[in-house]
Amino acid sequence: MEDMIFYDRMQFAFTITFHYLFPQLTMGLSLLIVYFKWQYLRTGKVGYNSAAKFWMKIFSLNFMMGVITGIPMEFQFGTNWAKFSELTGSIIGQTLAMEGVFSFFLESTFLGLFLFGEKRLGQKLHFVTGFLVFLGSWISGWFVIATNAWMQHPVGYEILENGKFALTNFKALFSNPWLVPAFLHNQLASLVTASVVMAAIGAFYLLSKIHEENGRLFLKTGVLFGLLSSVLVAFPTGDWNAKNVIKYQPVTFSAMEGIFKSQTGGSEIILIGQPNLKEQKLDNMIAVPKVLSFLTYRNFTTDVKGLNDFDPAKWPTNIPGLYYAYHIMVGLGTILIAIMATGAFLLWRKKIEGSKWLLWIILFTIPFPYIANLAGWYTAELGRQPWLVYNLMETAKGISPTVSAGNSLFTLLGFVGLYVLLGVFFLLLAGKIIWRGPEPKHG
Amino acid sequence: MEFFWYLILGGMLAMYMILDGYDFGAGIIHLFFAKSESDKKAITRAIGPYWDANEVWLIAGGGVLFFAFPVLYASAFSGFYLPLIMILWLLIFRAIGLELRGLVDNQLWRIVWDKAFGISSLLLALFFGLALGNIVRGVNLGEVKNGVSAFEAHYFFLPLWNATLDPLSDNLGVIDWFTLMLGIIGVVSLTMHGANWIIFKTNSSINKKLKEVVFKLNFVLLALVITSLLTWHIVKPKPFENFINHPIVWIFPVLTFAGIGGLFRIKGFKKDGTGFLFSSVYLIGGLFSTVTAIFPNLLPSTNTTNPSLTIYNSAAPNYGLSVSTPWFAIGIMLVIMYFVIQFKVFKGKLDDIEYGEH
Ligand code: HDD
Ligand code: HEM
Ligand code: HEM
Repeated sequence: MEDMIFYDRMQFAFTITFHYLFPQLTMGLSLLIVYFKWQYLRTGKVGYNSAAKFWMKIFSLNFMMGVITGIPMEFQFGTNWAKFSELTGSIIGQTLAMEGVFSFFLESTFLGLFLFGEKRLGQKLHFVTGFLVFLGSWISGWFVIATNAWMQHPVGYEILENGKFALTNFKALFSNPWLVPAFLHNQLASLVTASVVMAAIGAFYLLSKIHEENGRLFLKTGVLFGLLSSVLVAFPTGDWNAKNVIKYQPVTFSAMEGIFKSQTGGSEIILIGQPNLKEQKLDNMIAVPKVLSFLTYRNFTTDVKGLNDFDPAKWPTNIPGLYYAYHIMVGLGTILIAIMATGAFLLWRKKIEGSKWLLWIILFTIPFPYIANLAGWYTAELGRQPWLVYNLMETAKGISPTVSAGNSLFTLLGFVGLYVLLGVFFLLLAGKIIWRGPEPKHG
Repeated sequence: MEFFWYLILGGMLAMYMILDGYDFGAGIIHLFFAKSESDKKAITRAIGPYWDANEVWLIAGGGVLFFAFPVLYASAFSGFYLPLIMILWLLIFRAIGLELRGLVDNQLWRIVWDKAFGISSLLLALFFGLALGNIVRGVNLGEVKNGVSAFEAHYFFLPLWNATLDPLSDNLGVIDWFTLMLGIIGVVSLTMHGANWIIFKTNSSINKKLKEVVFKLNFVLLALVITSLLTWHIVKPKPFENFINHPIVWIFPVLTFAGIGGLFRIKGFKKDGTGFLFSSVYLIGGLFSTVTAIFPNLLPSTNTTNPSLTIYNSAAPNYGLSVSTPWFAIGIMLVIMYFVIQFKVFKGKLDDIEYGEH
């Protein structure tokens, strides 16, 4: 039984992690492409159009990866989490089906039109198709997060005698207080990813002195959108999410922040330290007094609850993992703001191209937003454990009763093999597109 | 309410079969009949702008199954665990084959991805036929041995095959001679369907040959369909009960044979799209005849201890089903609109379409 659960969880974690490498770029990049296309319509400068078309190539490769890794996600609810699907299907199936109907059709139809239809459509309609692709990908994010929000903070349901969850209030699924903050934070975080990738490729072109004209545009656009989104990701949306966690999953909050003992008269914020579960404290800690109380309650002296205030049976199952995931996200978020702010400052002083050191830094920032995004999701998902539906259904109760550990290990290994292959091809092909660069100016 | 969602689900499944069906068929044609690079290009172009949108019918259909019939979704997806995961892998292989072949200009690279694309298309067509066969035959719900269920009444697990390939044995497998027959019907039908699509959407030089292929395969198909009808009663006693009780549903077998009949005249059709029309009619007829035969069951039980899964005992509670009706109606209207737009923009032959980096 134990290893059945283990492999199911590993498979879900592995496949969703891999999947989420792609949509985060898709969602952010589609907005930037719409921006380029719009600038082209407004100014008539072909540089914008060839930028839009260049990024569309990356987009379509990335999108395809999102699609083919996304389909297994949808199936896995039934294959590996059958009991969960049976009990909650009438609720979470609802939002997932809406995602299919309202977003995937929109996205995939208009992506085809955007890619293949520029000649047949003309510029204005081509812009519209690009916009609809953007809309589709954001609607998709909306419904996925609505699904997840219900698991984090269930609303609008009743539990029937046979243990099944029945929907009682459809609107509640979308007025879930967890949804809007999570959605905005997540979408801005994917804009961070797209901006950083764009700026980094700009920096790459400038440093290696190829496609420099395009490189300049990418760098500028990436840095400006990057600054905007990385600030908004931290404040107000990150802060907003933290407030939700305190309110609806208080024990998760204490674990995330690494507060073992409750702190009266104002709580310190922990910057660095390693959780030591045995002694229930952090080793090698660096902390700033009273700031956590201020950040969470806007008051330097409010008490903050520690894990010792809660029944250990209710603690999140993986406290160190949760703590690190959260600190990695916030830490990288802070670093990203700093880098982007420096970039924007030098851009304004027109010194950015001369500042080789910064271009190098930007180039190597590429992995950061990906890591931060995944760390954010690990925070959310590990923070939810041991619950599959918060406080109502345990993860262990959700697996498929008839799928043996041997079978789920087999498919897990298959996915690992296949995805490693996919990852290699993706990198090769993306590398090729980037190397070749946007078309010559007349594009 | 359950019946309404049953119809919707059937409709979505049919759409998926017709649309992704021609993608699979085109893949099979690509594997066996396309020799020159220009024919291969023509085939990939004929499905290039569409396959992704076509696959969405599977995802959206899966979503509807999930919330409207959660018990069936949970039971069937975990019970058919291995074949389903393999279908996922094949879908992945197919997509990368199709998308990657053009990206590197190298002979070997192309050969590898062409084969990946073709073989996974073939296997997918086989799997979908097998799936239909399994639904007709039923499964050992609850894994009953000697009258005792090993699991809750609606759970089961099927290995890929058993030693004897016998559809009546106690240890069923996904593949037995009966389901395999439907699997082969699936491959033949979709090959023809894909050929018809290529004829419809391209000016490729193999179109003439493809008409010949469709014409010949049609005999094979007819023979297979008749054999399956003659053996049907072995796995399912009283196969015609629903047809006798509700004569209106005879329309589905009639459509099936009308489709096959029409395709015998493939070489005489004036318009290139007519063949595609007939194979679509055949596919719809065939699918609906099959599911009508087992109605109201969705997944029959082969034991007497546990009841079959029907549209009634596997459906979600009523409130959920009724609130989804309005959003679904709006959604499907939008989808139809997208399809019209897409077909208008990509009207006519696709050989000359601008292909981005491909
Ligand atoms: C580029 C990525 C990125 C960056 C820089 C940040 N986040 Fe984040 N965060 C995410 C990407 C992300 C995410 C992956 O998008 C999550 C996961 C679930 C969600 O809705 O968004 C998330 C969730 C998430 C949660 C909810 C955790 C839970 O549900 O238990 C909180 C409290 C924060 N974030 C807080 C912050 C703060 C205070 C940041 C300050 C810098 C921050 N995030 C930066
Ligand atoms: C928004 C839609 C999402 C839904 C509906 C969802 C749902 C689930 C489910 C059903 C499980 C299995 C049960 C469990 O072990 O908790 C799970 C686990 C997990 N999910 Fe999510 N998830 C979503 C998004 C994500 C994303 C985007 C990521 C990361 C990139 C993620 C990371 C994980 C991880 C790491 C686990 C394993 C947790 C563990 O092993 O303790 N999830 N999620
Ligand atoms: C358990 C959770 C998830 C499931 C079941 C899931 C399911 C899917 C499916 C089936 C596709 C293919 C769509 C197509 O054919 O066009 C897909 C792609 C996509 N998913 Fe996920 N997904 C999950 C997590 C997420 C998360 C957390 C996000 C972001 C908020 C997301 C955003 C997207 C987007 C934008 C696409 C479009 C393709 C792409 O952008 O690359 N998904 N997903």
